[in-house]
Amino acid sequence: MKHVVSISDLSKKQILSVLKRAKELVPVAKGKKKSKSLDGKILATCFFEPSTRTRLSFETAMQRLGGTCIGFADPSATSHLKGETLVDGIRMVAGYADAVLLRHPQEGSARLASENSEVPLINGGDGAGQHPTQTLLDLFTINEEMGKMEGLNVGMLGDLRYGRTVHSLSHALAKFNNKLSFISPDSLSMPSYVTDDLSCEWSSHNSIEDVLNDLDILYVTRIQKERFPDLEEYKKVASAYIIDSDLLKNAKSSMRILHPLPRVTEISTDVDDTKHAAYFRQAFNGVPVRMALLEQLIGGEK
Amino acid sequence: MSDNLMRVQPIRNGTVLDHIKAGRGRKVLDALDLIDKGTTITLLMHVPSKKNSSKDVIKIEDRELSESESQKLALLSPGAHVNIIRNFVVAEKNVAELPESISNVAICSNDNCISNNERGAKTKFNIIKGNSLSIQCVYCGRKIAQDNIIFI
Repeated sequence: MKHVVSISDLSKKQILSVLKRAKELVPVAKGKKKSKSLDGKILATCFFEPSTRTRLSFETAMQRLGGTCIGFADPSATSHLKGETLVDGIRMVAGYADAVLLRHPQEGSARLASENSEVPLINGGDGAGQHPTQTLLDLFTINEEMGKMEGLNVGMLGDLRYGRTVHSLSHALAKFNNKLSFISPDSLSMPSYVTDDLSCEWSSHNSIEDVLNDLDILYVTRIQKERFPDLEEYKKVASAYIIDSDLLKNAKSSMRILHPLPRVTEISTDVDDTKHAAYFRQAFNGVPVRMALLEQLIGGEK
Repeated sequence: MSDNLMRVQPIRNGTVLDHIKAGRGRKVLDALDLIDKGTTITLLMHVPSKKNSSKDVIKIEDRELSESESQKLALLSPGAHVNIIRNFVVAEKNVAELPESISNVAICSNDNCISNNERGAKTKFNIIKGNSLSIQCVYCGRKIAQDNIIFI
């Protein structure tokens, strides 16, 4: 494993190995145990568009393992504005660090960058494309919450058309032989270029009530206002896909809700205190998972 | 064959693209950017053929195909024949075969793909052979069906 651009770059074995190591690193991620496994290593974090969770969790991961970070949180202070190409920028920064984390608004930017980086390049999200470390932490969370990540009935709700997290996660969950239920309005349904490649059982639904009582995991995504030309239409659609504690009375008691965050109104705050809410633990899981990945990419000997 | 020869004169030097899928000839002409180059071009459409029921044929005088032109031909009509003519004789006979991937031959239809936005970036696609032919952008992953390919 040199670069991590797409979750499909990782074999099932590599995914399992990252998740296993992430589990061991949880006490370190929480600051209860110390590690120096990345002592002296530098991660360059290049954010050509803003991100909070991805950037902060990578920085925490690096520092918990004794490494440091350089980089920028938005491109306004870089030579990108002077017209520097991405390739030039990456070649330069690869000379300053042991690995590069890239977040960029255009699809395919991470693949192009990886072709021009001498050090491992990690895709931290490329437009509507891939976000493999999100997928890894989603898998880790499912495994932690359910004690397994195969043979589960996983529902995905909300914007399935533009939501990159649900695309990558669907592929990954299919590898582990789960059953997928896609719940969305027709206008935001899972694209055929995703479903065509799924090797597992899946089904599409307009209403959450159709499948809720069968689900082991409900993965909720935000329906973005920008996707609707008509504000009234947005309000109508968004209000039809709200999860609240009342609705969850029909769910299995072991059912867990995940969300890549930030959430707006799609999960009512009264769900936060129920046993179903796993999304804040999921956000934390980004730290040990990214620690494990960084160790494998630049850790060298243990 | 003799019927076909009656229709057009043989060429002294150049290239004959034979066994093009019937009806695809015009697209091939456009994709290979053959018109407006000053060379004499002959396009025959729906010529009776033994191999298939009919085919298109293009004769290009005084010119041979470049690598990327052969790839474009292969994408539009896999299996077409490329015959190089020198002094009225077929000097080389090749079949336009699909490569595994193509570079700088087509453009990605995703406006937000980095290959359309980065100065100096080359495009790259993997060829997906299946029931229907398509290409997939190596960068953004967009799949483009054979009929929708936009050539450079």
